[in-house]
Amino acid sequence: MTGLADSASQTPALAPLSLDQALALYRRMVLIRRFEDTVQVLFQRGEVPGTTHLYSGQEAVATGVASILEPRDRVAGTYRGHGHALSLGVDPQALLDEMLGRASGLCGGRAGSMNVIDLAHGLMGCYGIVGGSIGAATGAALALKRSGGVAVAYFGEGATNQGYFHECLNFAKVHNLPALYVCENNLYGEFTPMEDVTAGRIVARAQTLELPAETIDGNDLWAVRAAAAAAVARARDGGGPQFIEALTYRFVGHSRSDPGAYRKPGELDAWRQRDPLKLTRAGILERYETADEAQLDATDADVERQIEQMIAAGLAAPYPTPGPAAEFKA
Amino acid sequence: MSTVTFREALIRAMGDALEEDERVFLFGEDVAAAGGSFKLTEGLLERFGPKRVRDTPISEQAIIGTAIGAAVMGLRPLAEIMFADFAAVCFDGIANEIPKYRYMTGGQVSMPLTIRMCNGAGGGFGAQHSQSVENWFLNVPGLKLVVPATPADAYGLLRSAIRDPDPVLFFEHKSLFNTKGELPDAPAPIPLGLAETVRHGEHVTVVATQMMRHHAMRAADELAVAGIEAEVIDPRTLVPLDYATIAASVDRTGRLVVVQECPNSGSWGATLVARLVGERLEHLDAPPALVGAPDTPIPYSGALEELWIPSVERIVEQVKRTVSY
Ligand SMILES: Cc1ncc(C[n+]2csc(CCOP(=O)(O)OP(=O)(O)O)c2C)c(N)n1
Repeated sequence: MTGLADSASQTPALAPLSLDQALALYRRMVLIRRFEDTVQVLFQRGEVPGTTHLYSGQEAVATGVASILEPRDRVAGTYRGHGHALSLGVDPQALLDEMLGRASGLCGGRAGSMNVIDLAHGLMGCYGIVGGSIGAATGAALALKRSGGVAVAYFGEGATNQGYFHECLNFAKVHNLPALYVCENNLYGEFTPMEDVTAGRIVARAQTLELPAETIDGNDLWAVRAAAAAAVARARDGGGPQFIEALTYRFVGHSRSDPGAYRKPGELDAWRQRDPLKLTRAGILERYETADEAQLDATDADVERQIEQMIAAGLAAPYPTPGPAAEFKA
Repeated sequence: MSTVTFREALIRAMGDALEEDERVFLFGEDVAAAGGSFKLTEGLLERFGPKRVRDTPISEQAIIGTAIGAAVMGLRPLAEIMFADFAAVCFDGIANEIPKYRYMTGGQVSMPLTIRMCNGAGGGFGAQHSQSVENWFLNVPGLKLVVPATPADAYGLLRSAIRDPDPVLFFEHKSLFNTKGELPDAPAPIPLGLAETVRHGEHVTVVATQMMRHHAMRAADELAVAGIEAEVIDPRTLVPLDYATIAASVDRTGRLVVVQECPNSGSWGATLVARLVGERLEHLDAPPALVGAPDTPIPYSGALEELWIPSVERIVEQVKRTVSY
């Protein structure tokens, strides 16, 4: 929401991105990937406590959706939320510092990996309880109905087995709320394959409540943008809640040091062929005559430099000290 | 006798219970094929098959709702709620349905089910994955609350919980999973409602469970160097609470310090103190004290979480104040 939105959100036909805009989105995706790699390394070094749920492999979803949003919109992310945050332009240093438990973190070290929030960038919260983002975004949509704007909820396919999902989609539909529900279907809830615990098709669950709903290739930035632009435009126009199932895959374990033993043979490699970073690179080269590999490599190198500076600054940042006894007390 | 981890003791208890009673079945998120999020159910699917050990959708309400129906039908559900914090998602079943069955049905139906869940701070899991939520259920008559601190207790109490004709919430502290202890070759169930006096002393009674019991024992060692002998009692179950053992100890020492890994407001420690003060004020030589956590959510940053959890030093300081009162 920092200059990445184009005019598609007002008009059903999505105006093509300029090369600069496309490169900016690519850069954001690279930043998310490298950020996640960094969190993993710092976790293994004991600098990031607790647990982390990385977004690696799913970058095109949040980046594509965010590219459609405006400052008046709101986003509810999940515990797998670093990508949700960075896609909106949240300061990566403040996000990293939060992971490191530092005073300069986005939430002063009180939240950690799972619960970051940055209202200034439209991130209304990240929710550690599966399904929590769905409730929060539905409420935001209720409020936005007065002021304009659309609320987006991200959640995994596993969350569609929660009461939150069914209760809130129904609620949003009967109140005709401007909500966009984005299900990131990465095929696994923790270590359990979707098909072992999920009846029917995900998208059918929304369709039965008569939400406009489609299943898209979540690794294709342009597909995500097209679907999000259409859905957001309908929601802005009073068309009520919208649903997108974005098919994607996480390249890393569910959390922490999960080695992913449950993956089917060859599955990870097959998805790596469709790495959203690779696809976005190829998409840019294909779409823009003036684009070349060197520009994309320069973007990678630029992010690399940024990450190195961030690590150094983050590790040097002071730890929080306790506030007064009643600090932040409700 | 062999040395086992807390985790191994739990797995063994579940395995023995599944072996002993056909009606017992284990279910929850990731408990079967993956062997549990914390590897607490490893190998059980392989031993008992998918009818007895089931993976569920991420649907806590369905897990607890199903446990209720299966219990009415005479099965003995052993449900896992991955993190105790998520009990809030299925609070209705746990607070409104399960504990009231025996009473509301005039004794026709009991609820012989056990719900295992992981509690406890100290791992940097943040505000929604670290709480010790036992107190949420303290105000709901009809639920037994089990809080083991050692592998042997984990084994013996879990066996009793699963055999119990009434509902039991069984809390497993995340910081204890890798701790080790002795377990007999043919370990017996440990009755619910029996405290263990883990250290004898004459100057002060310290009551603590789970991680806090271990902190209290370390504090007691330090205090001994200063000439203060603390009696450390681990109630092991909060409901039923072995009040008699605690009261008898306080009658002798005249002093009580309760250590708990939770805010003091609305806590089991506060309830215990209220009862002791009400019933045996004349035995007390000092005001009973609570060493608990501040009334805030659990912070993520290690620097802050460390201050939130009652430390050995805070226990030592409080005991010294109580003894010199
Ligand atoms: C209510 C609740 N139950 C269980 C969990 C533990 N948990 C965290 S993430 C997760 C898997 C969620 O799967 P999915 O919704 O598909 O999203 P993904 O993690 O794949 O992005 C589970 C079970 C939780 N945080 N909240």
